[in-house]
Amino acid sequence: MSVPLITLLGRMTLAFLESVGAVTTFAMQAVRYALQPPWYRQQILRQMLEIGYYSLPVVGLTAIFTGMVLALQSYTGFSRFSAESAIPNVVVVSLTRELGPVLAGLMVAGRVGAAMAAEIGTMRVTEQVDALTTLSTNPFKYLVVPRLLAGIVTLPFLVLVADIIGVMGGWLVGVYKLDFNDIAYLRNTIDFLQFQDVFSGLVKAAVFGFLITLMGCYHGYNSRGGAQGVGAATTNAVVSASILILTFNYFITEAFFAR
Amino acid sequence: MSRKISLKGVTKSFGPKRVLQGIDLDVARGESVVVIGGSGTGKSVLLKCILGLMRPDSGSIRIDDEETVGLGDNGRNRVTRKFGMLFQGGALFDSLRVWENVAFGPIQSDGMAADQAHEVAIAKLGAVGLGPEVGELFPAELSGGMQKRVALARAIAREPEIIFFDEPTTGLDPIMADVINNLIVKSVSDLGATAVSITHDMASARKIGHRIAMLYDGRLIWQGPTSDIDRSSNPYVDQFIHGRAEGPIQMQVRSL
Repeated sequence: MSVPLITLLGRMTLAFLESVGAVTTFAMQAVRYALQPPWYRQQILRQMLEIGYYSLPVVGLTAIFTGMVLALQSYTGFSRFSAESAIPNVVVVSLTRELGPVLAGLMVAGRVGAAMAAEIGTMRVTEQVDALTTLSTNPFKYLVVPRLLAGIVTLPFLVLVADIIGVMGGWLVGVYKLDFNDIAYLRNTIDFLQFQDVFSGLVKAAVFGFLITLMGCYHGYNSRGGAQGVGAATTNAVVSASILILTFNYFITEAFFAR
Repeated sequence: MSRKISLKGVTKSFGPKRVLQGIDLDVARGESVVVIGGSGTGKSVLLKCILGLMRPDSGSIRIDDEETVGLGDNGRNRVTRKFGMLFQGGALFDSLRVWENVAFGPIQSDGMAADQAHEVAIAKLGAVGLGPEVGELFPAELSGGMQKRVALARAIAREPEIIFFDEPTTGLDPIMADVINNLIVKSVSDLGATAVSITHDMASARKIGHRIAMLYDGRLIWQGPTSDIDRSSNPYVDQFIHGRAEGPIQMQVRSL
């Protein structure tokens, strides 16, 4: 082996810290620009449509099947000690706290984060980003800030819809497959649901929205060298956003519920 | 002679690669200067430094006698307002229609109303020989020559004091290249603008430049009036303008 293991480890650590620093600088710059005018309203609205509305089918499908499988699986477990009545509650708590935000986040990361990295990356390598600057338009304000704002605002709504559709999926399986009374299932769902369950999920959604758009913009903005660079940026945007979502998910959960 | 642009000792390195090694260049008001040089000699980097897209490692860049290196956001905006830029590949925004591209500066940066900006855009498209119907198309629907024209219309839409041209004729056939050259000469003189172009197309350089400067190995090794280019008695310049493979400039290629 030409490079000792310890050297390799050191290099990887340095590269990791370097990119953490670069991302943090990028994020702080974005926040600074987000706080000062001009705001490009049309861009924000277009991004909200792109992130929110056009993600509805994907997120809805993910949610309904997740809710259905949750009901089915928890039945297998709970029927072993005759606790079937807990199923509606298990379904709704799992969805609102964890699976709603995380799965919606991962789906949106794949759909929107990739598209953002590809679009901004192509604009970068074809000098469109530089062209913005020469037309006295700050590319950070025009490209990055609207996407971040749209991500933070839209994801909670998307997750709320996912929660509702997911519960509906559980209800469908509960009523038509597991012979629950349909009114009783819904009452069980609502009675034991706490505000914290939904609220923590929505906070997660807002954070994930920020992470997804941040990764999409950061990798797109810094892409270099033509088609290959844009391809790499797209991959990196999705992978890093997914990992960050799972990491932050744990820490937000801990902040909310750990004693 | 009043200086519009003045560069002193500008250097820029990327890692160990020293791209610009002390550039001195003065451009007078209303003058058109063409910087020639081979691929990879730092022409684009020079242009990006003047534009403020890159920050030089050292040296001074003065626009209208105002130092622009290290300028903050507000000052930079004020200086950028004087600039128009024609990018090599056009760099048109492909998500916007042609007229929205041309009207981008007036609408987004100068706050002009959309219908008024539309009229300006149609007028500027007319100035580069494109009809109003082109305005409704998207950039991807245009040929390379038409894209260059639209990019030129966008560069002059805000009637800038200084216009930069990055390889304006690259990728065009000789006839279309001459059309673009004529348009550049015409729009620069109509606006009374100062122009800085970079190119390796000698026909283009002779046509649009009052003065030519040659960049080689990070330095401007020759500059003078366009009419003097053929009697520069500089072996580097001679090799370049006649396009000879043999001479003092050695390309970094392995021999066959």
